Amino acid sequence: MSLSIDDVNRIARLARIRVVEGEAAQYQGRLNDVFTLIAEMQAIDTTDVAPMAHARDVFQRLREDVVTEPDRREAFQSVAPQTEAGLYLVPKVIE
Amino acid sequence: MSQQTIKQLADLLASGRTSSVELCQDYLGRIAAHNPAVNAFITVDAERTLAEARAADALRAAGNAGPLAGVPIAHKDIFCAEGWLTTCGSRMLHNFVSPYDAHVITKFKTAGMPTLGKTNMDEFAMGSSNETSFYGPVKNPWDATRVPGGSSGGSAACVAAGLAPAATGTDTGGSIRQPAALCGITGLKPTYGVVSRYGMIAFASSLDQGGPMARTAEDCALLLNLMAGFDCRDSTSLERENEDYSRDLARPLDGLRIGLPREFFGEGLTGDTARAVEAAIEQFRKLGATTVEVSLPNSGLSVAAYYVIAPAEASSNLSRFDGVRYGYRTPDYGDLTDMYEKTRAEGFGAEVKRRIMIGTYVLSHGYYDAYYIQAQKLRRLIAQDFAEAYKACDVILGPTAPTTAFKLGEKADDPVQMYLSDIYTIAVNLAGLPGMSLPCGFDGQGLPIGLQLIGDYFSEARMLNVAHQYQLATDWHTRTPGGF
Repeated sequence: MSLSIDDVNRIARLARIRVVEGEAAQYQGRLNDVFTLIAEMQAIDTTDVAPMAHARDVFQRLREDVVTEPDRREAFQSVAPQTEAGLYLVPKVIE
Repeated sequence: MSQQTIKQLADLLASGRTSSVELCQDYLGRIAAHNPAVNAFITVDAERTLAEARAADALRAAGNAGPLAGVPIAHKDIFCAEGWLTTCGSRMLHNFVSPYDAHVITKFKTAGMPTLGKTNMDEFAMGSSNETSFYGPVKNPWDATRVPGGSSGGSAACVAAGLAPAATGTDTGGSIRQPAALCGITGLKPTYGVVSRYGMIAFASSLDQGGPMARTAEDCALLLNLMAGFDCRDSTSLERENEDYSRDLARPLDGLRIGLPREFFGEGLTGDTARAVEAAIEQFRKLGATTVEVSLPNSGLSVAAYYVIAPAEASSNLSRFDGVRYGYRTPDYGDLTDMYEKTRAEGFGAEVKRRIMIGTYVLSHGYYDAYYIQAQKLRRLIAQDFAEAYKACDVILGPTAPTTAFKLGEKADDPVQMYLSDIYTIAVNLAGLPGMSLPCGFDGQGLPIGLQLIGDYFSEARMLNVAHQYQLATDWHTRTPGGF
């Protein structure tokens, strides 16, 4: 299979990465090289093989429903690009 | 001082012949002198290091010190360390001063080991040469025109150049073992789940594992003793009894069965690397080991499976970098989507963007089964190959990397060639097994060659024993590059 320029632009939109005119063709070439590498695995018959999500068969632990973390909002917001009154600021999303 | 092991430095400190402040000053001086050329560190903060050293000396004076208190260590810039700039090699985090400590950092702090600095790395650990770092490539101390390997290239180079006695690294597809091989040091990737990933910036969460990089296997054992252990803040951390990973170091190798995968000794292994690995096998026979041929028939598919699974997980993990809560935000934007897209286009480098796009595609509607599920199935086949092999052997041995250090720029424009640098290491991550690299010789140009040991789950102590016995009988690991 081979990605078209439209495919590249669609993937970039899904990934929220701006791709400008001219860049898409570069991505197309490189991504298709990688997909050629990946393609060899398509030939393998894995009909009765169960997918392996994790190296060890671990399960999600449950813990007591109690507060374990202190409030460190100020410390965590001190590294944010823009905050106000304890809130993260972004461009207006509701007109 | 610069070529001393962790063990030797700990003994010196215990004897009172030096202090942590003196040690740290010595290393900081070496970093100041050599780092401009090597570029192994992204951040050095002498005042912070010396404050930690003074605290360690006070701890020793009070008689409350653990065995490694006062011995300094460098940390890969993927580990969040409170008060330290933590960039992960990316413009996206160029201004991120971490408000908290990774579990691994907490462990070293508790042990009283001062941080010498944060080491350079491929951006978000995506690379095998350190050339994708926003902070510029690291130079291999053995030849400044060559790469140190990656992604933990700064950690490997700083230990090789004697700018730190040891460093932490992380390994998703070979990122501890391959740079250890290319820089002539010893590095260990533990069994998946042994070292907590809390505070370790995530690349591919089902593969990422932190581990030690040092001069010797013995040092790796001492460091792993600190790093390993259950942590409830990592959902895949394993609840196990704590181990002493140095307990078997002195054990003789009589009766050890070494498995040699025929797939690792075929075409693609260059003459010098093949010869050095063969000589190491001969050395192990002299030490009492026997060898048996084993087969990992699906290992050839590991690179393909990896380049589906790792980008898929990365595309999910790196969605958090959106210019809202931390890190870079584009200066010029309109609506929210515009802000996201420009922030990510400008904050991420080319390789990271490629991998996010590969991951986005293989997880997208209509392709999930053909790519992601197929790769997860191959992963099981690869893991089953290892399980079969361990019926006939105790440890698997082979080369760490197909070649010695390559030239800066040689593979930078060809992602696929770069990906093949990890052809011998990737299967180990997919299976979740422990693996390590140790020096076993030099090529005709004087570049170090790495030997890889792959163990069964939780056999780190045995692997370290095997490596330590080899290092008692050989001196490859004591060689150091000129000019440092």
